[in-house]
Amino acid sequence: MKDIIDRIKTKYTISEVVEQRKNLSFVTVSKEQAISIITFLRDIEGFKHLVLLTAADWIENDKFQLTYLLNNPTEKIDLGVRVFISRENASMESAHHLWEQVATYQRELKEMFGIDFPDSPGVDKPFILEGWEDIPPYRRDFDTKQYSEDTYFPRPGRESNDPAEYMKKKLYPNE
Amino acid sequence: MNKKRFTINEDRSLFPEKNAEGKIDIDLSSHKYLKLWQGPQHPGITGNMSLELTVLGDEVMDCETHVGYLHRGFEKLMERRKYIQCFPIVCRVAVPEPDFNEYCFASAMEELAGIEVPEMAQWLRTLVLEMSRLQSYLMWIGGQSGAFGSGIIGQWSIYLRDLVLDRFEELTGGRVYHMYQLPGGVRGLLPDGFKQRMEETLLTIEKFMDDIDKVMFNNAVFKKRSVGMGYIDPSWVNKFGITGPNARAAGIPLDVRKDYPYLKYPELDFDVVVGKDSDIYTRADIRRKDLLLSVDLIRQIFAKMPEKGDIKAKTPNVLHWKVPKGETYSRAECTRGEYGYYMVSDGTEYPRRINVRGPSYTHAVALLEKMIINTNIADVAGLMVSLHTYPPEIER
Amino acid sequence: MKEDFKKRTVISPDGKPIEIDPVKDYFSDAKPKVYKPAHPVIEKFANWARANSLWVLGFGTGCGAIEMRPLMTPRFDAYRYGIQWRPTPRQSSVFVISGYLSVKTLKRVVRTYEQMQNPKFVIALGSCTINGGMYWDSYNTINRLDHYLPVDVYVAGCMPRPESLLTGFEELKKIIKEGRGEGANKYAENFDWYKANQKKIIKDWDMPDYNW
Repeated sequence: MKDIIDRIKTKYTISEVVEQRKNLSFVTVSKEQAISIITFLRDIEGFKHLVLLTAADWIENDKFQLTYLLNNPTEKIDLGVRVFISRENASMESAHHLWEQVATYQRELKEMFGIDFPDSPGVDKPFILEGWEDIPPYRRDFDTKQYSEDTYFPRPGRESNDPAEYMKKKLYPNE
Repeated sequence: MNKKRFTINEDRSLFPEKNAEGKIDIDLSSHKYLKLWQGPQHPGITGNMSLELTVLGDEVMDCETHVGYLHRGFEKLMERRKYIQCFPIVCRVAVPEPDFNEYCFASAMEELAGIEVPEMAQWLRTLVLEMSRLQSYLMWIGGQSGAFGSGIIGQWSIYLRDLVLDRFEELTGGRVYHMYQLPGGVRGLLPDGFKQRMEETLLTIEKFMDDIDKVMFNNAVFKKRSVGMGYIDPSWVNKFGITGPNARAAGIPLDVRKDYPYLKYPELDFDVVVGKDSDIYTRADIRRKDLLLSVDLIRQIFAKMPEKGDIKAKTPNVLHWKVPKGETYSRAECTRGEYGYYMVSDGTEYPRRINVRGPSYTHAVALLEKMIINTNIADVAGLMVSLHTYPPEIER
Repeated sequence: MKEDFKKRTVISPDGKPIEIDPVKDYFSDAKPKVYKPAHPVIEKFANWARANSLWVLGFGTGCGAIEMRPLMTPRFDAYRYGIQWRPTPRQSSVFVISGYLSVKTLKRVVRTYEQMQNPKFVIALGSCTINGGMYWDSYNTINRLDHYLPVDVYVAGCMPRPESLLTGFEELKKIIKEGRGEGANKYAENFDWYKANQKKIIKDWDMPDYNW
């Protein structure tokens, strides 16, 4: 694992390396170099299998984190490539030419996070939601409870105990 | 007797020319093509998913997969629940195999929190995962034969699945959703006499599997419709991210149980089942052998597991459990392929982000859309079931 | 509204241009009618007959559908009660809403329900159809089914066992025999209210108001 990261370092800049466990590491790379590094990993280093592509919303830093989790089926190691992009007008270079399933992931990210992937096939088509008018639902500033209460006629008289508070009251009243 | 085998599409002159990109320019107003929707309704095997087919005659020319009918927004719901509150909802992501969700969620959390699961709990988890695999395959086998017109296998296999669900009910209290694998361990030990009753169930399953072998796998109709149908090229495996039995049928021995050993699988003795023809028949055969392998593994687990032991590691108070900052990915081999949870923690009591990686994500959209071209409408259902797609893991 | 549903001119196979208005031409958008019961004796006989041949639409809308398979197979065998599954809404009289409904599915459910023949009954399966259940705070699943369709029987649980579903069917039989299975009439009477609720959440409304 270490030698692979060293080899990437000779060509590209990596800002942060986290070794989560022996066969899984995460590296943080810049937005401009990301697709180039992923292509290098796929073609030269044997990370032929894309496990997943997903995003996380770090609203306090005003950033989206994109994670490309790559897998090397012969060496049996995983490498997560993290890219931080700005939350304003979030947009990322498309990787649909590398794996066939990436276009689907990007369609989902566009819909659920509002991250744009220009030139990705069918990226603007709705994937999961139909007729959605609010902000993309996986963003942190979207309040799903509030939306549900406003839209779906909550049944009056439903007593919902927050388990944490309820258990505290019952089991640890003095804590 | 005419020895030449009849093939549907021998004369291609009636069919449209392909353009430079290798695709067909479909002009719906030319009255040659017809839009046909398959789904979203279903009789209980495949999950709600619809295929928008463009057909010429009875041949599929173009296909688009539509998902989202079962979207509940789990990944959002988990962000506003504490870790322990996520535990009862993760199993609802995939109905046929809830236990893989529980295991992946628990193991990702344990890895981040640095908790070592006791030995006995690991054995019980292995047992529950194998039982879950068994019942899911039994469900699938009914769907596969039903898609090719033989309903009787479904009648038998759903009955067998009910027997496995009875054992689940004894062990965990739930028939379909078990909520058994708590973060840090499991909820309970085996009940008295469980091993013996499980053995009886396994014997019944083996007996019925002999019958299913005769009625389904040696059936001329099933063979004729499935052999050579739905070919997956081995070179597609990495290109499309194919895992599980679909990849193994193409001759690529991908099995998370062997490649990234988890729980007690390193101590169990088994070989990865690999096929080579990569058609619907081979995939069905791989799954049948995998099912029998599960039966064998359950027996091995019973022989090797200790009688008693700790079933739960010491964990912090779950109400104030702050999982340290970090991110990880945990995976398990489910019946369709690699199941994984990607978990990001920001050091608070709530998970920052959890992403569920279901194997159907690649199988049902990109791969199916490619494979379905130029098949007959009647074979679409069989092809879809042979990939063992399950839409809730696509949309969560 | 989708392109397919807009008014347009198409060329027919014999080369003549024709004007079509899909919403008007392909569907009937007439309001549903309230049907008054016939003579009590006939009605009683009809209700007895209806109660003993419940034909269920094979549309599993949520995860509860997984417990419908055991009901169709020898272990629980619902066929012995005169219950059987049909592939098309035109032939079925019972609609089992098996669990949570996402907005996208609700649209299909409404269309399917309207295509079923009178008299029709709805069984709502699982806690999520009553008050949202486990997904009460989800942005994509409805909380109360009775705001969108008239419900005859609720079966609570997550998920309900096949036995409780069978009990639900027994309960429905009782209701029908007593002549209280008036879901279709209720839907026709409160048609505007149901439609307003449906249109409130189905933003992508590209279908006629009523289609059968």
